[in-house]
Amino acid sequence: MYSPQIILEAALNGLMTGAVYALIALGLTLIYGVLHIINFAHGALLTCAMFAVWIAWAVLGMDPYLAILPLVPLMFVLGYGLQRFVIGPASHGDDGNILLVTLGLSIVLENVLLALFQSDTRTLDTDYSFQVVALGPLLLSYPRLIGLGVAVVVTGLLWLVLNRTDTGKAIRAVAKEKLGANLVGIDVPHVYAVTFGLGCACLAVAAGLLMPTFYVNPRIGGAFVLVAFTVVVLGGMGSLPGALLGGLFIGVVESLCGLFLGDSLGQIGIFLIFIAVLLVRPTGLFGAKA
Amino acid sequence: MTARDLIPIAVLTILAALLPLVVTSSPVLNFLVFMLIVALGAQGWNILGGFGGQFSFGHAAFFGTGAYVTAILQLRYGVNAWAGLMLATVAGAVVGWVIGFLSFRSGLRGSYFALVTLAFAEVFRILANAASFTGGAAGLLIKLDVRPANLQFADRTVFYWLVLAFVVAVLLLTRWIQRSRFGAQLVAVRENEDAAKALGVNSLRVKLRAIALSGGVTALSGCLYAQYFLYIDANIAYGSWISVELLLAPIIGGVGTVFGPVVGALTLHGLGEVAKQFAGRIPGIDLIVFGGVLVLAVAFARGGILGLLERLRDRSRRMVTRGPKEVSHAGR
Repeated sequence: MYSPQIILEAALNGLMTGAVYALIALGLTLIYGVLHIINFAHGALLTCAMFAVWIAWAVLGMDPYLAILPLVPLMFVLGYGLQRFVIGPASHGDDGNILLVTLGLSIVLENVLLALFQSDTRTLDTDYSFQVVALGPLLLSYPRLIGLGVAVVVTGLLWLVLNRTDTGKAIRAVAKEKLGANLVGIDVPHVYAVTFGLGCACLAVAAGLLMPTFYVNPRIGGAFVLVAFTVVVLGGMGSLPGALLGGLFIGVVESLCGLFLGDSLGQIGIFLIFIAVLLVRPTGLFGAKA
Repeated sequence: MTARDLIPIAVLTILAALLPLVVTSSPVLNFLVFMLIVALGAQGWNILGGFGGQFSFGHAAFFGTGAYVTAILQLRYGVNAWAGLMLATVAGAVVGWVIGFLSFRSGLRGSYFALVTLAFAEVFRILANAASFTGGAAGLLIKLDVRPANLQFADRTVFYWLVLAFVVAVLLLTRWIQRSRFGAQLVAVRENEDAAKALGVNSLRVKLRAIALSGGVTALSGCLYAQYFLYIDANIAYGSWISVELLLAPIIGGVGTVFGPVVGALTLHGLGEVAKQFAGRIPGIDLIVFGGVLVLAVAFARGGILGLLERLRDRSRRMVTRGPKEVSHAGR
């Protein structure tokens, strides 16, 4: 029925899609680790980034991979500003409130995009969108292969930022002990905003990697963010390597479920895993503390 | 419950019941019915989320179950719609209990509980969208056959009164919860679960009762939705938007209060309609208002509109008894 080659190819393609899930989850898990909230606006922010890549291509004729370069600082500034001037002040720093503010923000962003772009689905074609790389008998999508490489590099970079820079140390201090960090003179609202900015910057990269093979419409982010939640929970909330491994794993699961159960049921495996992990081990596979 | 508890509900009921005699335009009546259905589902959310403090992001799981059970029973088994309505409510309560049993027993709280409910609703959505039993992606159309036995009425006003009756019944239920021992235990669990346990409250049982009640009420609203619009599909019934809608109303209106969900639903949908009138055919304009109101409510009106009104009332009372000068000191 299914030859090993088809199964292997599906698994590898899933692995590469999973890399982009990992990038989306990376931002989400970073924000969770520091602010201790599930950022419901993450999906809508991803949609914003995807539209930005599409506009750069459609209006300026910019290559989607190249568009990542200016988009990363732009998304960082957007995230920084949102946390500093909207989410932080509006939520009074209360965790439950932050959740609701990010939910409100996601509804606003998503529908502003809907008002601007209507509900049409837009795609972007590059010379390499459908290009494949032959690996022995296996044919692998070229853009997805690039995605995998970039996701690994970005995770590494983020890890370096967190572990080797002063800003990163401040972020980790705030994540561990907010009050203590405040006492030793760390500007907590600033650290929150930087973290949020970094999370959004990851979305810029994810958007650039997605657009050559995927499409965008105002509601698309919601679908990705549900998967990203799964990845974050699976990898352990707040864990960067967990997000990378979790993302790759979920990509493979989705791809194989799609192969065996059909496209319409492809995502069910993800959510069943999600529920099972939450119920059995809510700290995730890689998370240590409760 | 005392007479004082019941007077506001009675007044609201009479006013709302008389409304169709003044408003006869069909679109306005449609709007009111839809708003009441949302208010009913939101009252369901409020029992668990408001009084119990367990914020579900997946109440679509119950809403959709109510809608699908009633539609499938009628279409495939020819079950009477009223019986279907009762079975749908029970099905919602059972689904609620099962989801609650799985999550609460694992000790899920806060964001984790929100996520797991969201995931359950998503699983239901994917299944309903893929299975042929539920009509798949094409959805289900309830046959138009206008007879009271089918819960279909020639006059829309009758349906309005029916939904209103359910809303009032749930208002009474909520008032009872608020005054009962069960309600007190539920609030205790919300405020500090460990302390409640230490005082001998069986928190798992209390939460399970709350989620079953909550699921039943929300399923009832889903059932009424299907019965009024005579069409459902997976994205309407189990879509994440309905989950958001059902939690917005209590949060905007006043979380953990009896009237909060109704006030919130009325406010949100009222503002949404006004925005549509002003902005014309821009898609999503009403939802932009929803999101904006949510952010503003969290920023400036913790406790929602009812909380805000209460604070204003307290302030004006102090103004009357102590004079405005003193208040400006006391207020700081």
